[in-house]
Amino acid sequence: MASYMLRRFLGSLVVMWAVATLVFFMLRLVPGDPIAAMLADAGGAEEIEAMRRSLGLDRSLLVQYGIWFGNMLQGDLGNSIYGSRVPVTEALAEALPRTLSLSLLAFVIAIVIAVPAGILSATRRNSATDTTVSLLAFLGLSMPDFWLAILLIIVFAANLQWLPAIGYVPLSEGFWPWFSHLILPAIAVGTAFSAIIARMIRSSLLEVLKSDYMRTARSKGLTPRMLMFGHALPNAMIPVITVIGIAFALLISGAVVVENVFAIKGLGRVLIEGILNRDYPIVQGAVLVVSAIFVFSNLLVDLLYGVIDPRIRLN
Amino acid sequence: MTDTAQTYEAEIPAKRRSRFTATLAHDRKAQVGLAVLLLFAFAAVFAPWLAPFDPNAMTMDMMSGLSWTHPLGTDDLGRDLFSRILHGTQVSLLIGVSTVLIALVIGIALGLVAGYFGGWVDQIVMRYIDLQWAFPNFIIAVYLVAVFGTGLLNVIVALSLAFIDDFARIVRSMTLSLREEQYVDAARTLGFSKARILFIHILPNAVAPIIVQATVSVSYAILGEASLSFLGLGVDAYTPTWGLILADGRGFITQAWWLGVFPGLAIMLVVLAINFVGDWLRDALDVRQAVEG
Repeated sequence: MASYMLRRFLGSLVVMWAVATLVFFMLRLVPGDPIAAMLADAGGAEEIEAMRRSLGLDRSLLVQYGIWFGNMLQGDLGNSIYGSRVPVTEALAEALPRTLSLSLLAFVIAIVIAVPAGILSATRRNSATDTTVSLLAFLGLSMPDFWLAILLIIVFAANLQWLPAIGYVPLSEGFWPWFSHLILPAIAVGTAFSAIIARMIRSSLLEVLKSDYMRTARSKGLTPRMLMFGHALPNAMIPVITVIGIAFALLISGAVVVENVFAIKGLGRVLIEGILNRDYPIVQGAVLVVSAIFVFSNLLVDLLYGVIDPRIRLN
Repeated sequence: MTDTAQTYEAEIPAKRRSRFTATLAHDRKAQVGLAVLLLFAFAAVFAPWLAPFDPNAMTMDMMSGLSWTHPLGTDDLGRDLFSRILHGTQVSLLIGVSTVLIALVIGIALGLVAGYFGGWVDQIVMRYIDLQWAFPNFIIAVYLVAVFGTGLLNVIVALSLAFIDDFARIVRSMTLSLREEQYVDAARTLGFSKARILFIHILPNAVAPIIVQATVSVSYAILGEASLSFLGLGVDAYTPTWGLILADGRGFITQAWWLGVFPGLAIMLVVLAINFVGDWLRDALDVRQAVEG
């Protein structure tokens, strides 16, 4: 098991190295001169040259890459080139807990809804419950997350005035203020994720319920509850866990968009503001962190997969 | 080619067709989905004639509610929401379909070459797929738009590049299994060219999972374009797209709910219809295993 974990961990590090390299070189493809574009309003030729030197852009591409990569390993992603020019790592460190809070809450809400819905749907196949769950899942999959966010604001913040429409309060200031600010965005982000998981649990359970070992377990006289929780569900969850890893991309992409609706200054908002301000160091850093979250959450899912199903790590 | 082979090849499409119609007859969701898609396609093609107003024409009739003149109300600049949404259909469908077509062509080429030739070609393609796998599709699109700028063409390119790996992966795994089939061996023994084997013998047999993936991808491309437009990274500020209309109306949703409801409803209806049709195709083509396996 240890060697499997190590192998997967090293594999993820290689992927992250490739991601960082790609992100670095892609940005150098920016058409035109980014510095000139950045200083379009205020910059003369001298200022452009000075900025170019201060950012090390007068050196060869490979040297720039070497310096950037070395700095990155030490946690230095450069400074923002817009506004107060804060260090990129500082801006990202401030944003990260917000995005993680949002994604994790969305994840929990999605699972709490999807697991019972998937089980109900599979055990009462073709019933009214099954049809309802299936239709709701279709709706959840088809609804753009930012639109759902707007609808939630119209209903729960503007009309009912139960919850705040925008902003973020850290958990350190109390559970309710944190939760009340995050619950609407979390629902908006988690809905599509929940729909995918519920559908997957349903089809995976239906497959397992047909299997020979379930017939044997039933003929041994196990109660329906023991059948479901002792035999069917653990086996049905194996493919579901893989899908959770893949669908995690939806959570992160959703967070990026939905943060912008609720004015939560998480990674998504930082990323989009960075793009609109042509603040390339910020954009580069935010994309790196977002893909790192994605790569390592997938690693976690893979390891979990190895724990649940020993056949995986033996291969 | 012998007569038997010709008859056999002619039988497959016929069988497939009958399965399509047979499953469609029982699938209410797919029927609704197809009808909705046809309606939106009609709206997209005839938008300039169907729209009662110029989608960008500003009037003094600002934020007026639903009426006979303005069936879906007007926005803060007095523009007719129905006409704007109707024109938005064009952009959404154009981007949804063209994006997937581009990703499809490149993804199929990569997948066929990697799966059939193996070796270092496969290694390179696989590493590329792995690398793209490290980014959520939408983040790739956002990053590409950040690098190359906004605009119709850039959005199409950004979204297509984001979807390539999905197709390459499926076609590669299908090609890997199909190249071991006896009929492919036979074609090789007969001395057929590699291109002929790939495009005449292997690709047609991998079509089913590709169609299903393409359908799913169109819905994601439409959602992706809407999200980009909503974030201000879409086509431009003057072309009415569903995401942009929602972004424009966002500040006024408490006074004019229709600005927050109808553009999103249009996106949801199209995506829902595509998902209904996708589910039917998945059943009709029996590809659950191939796509997910």
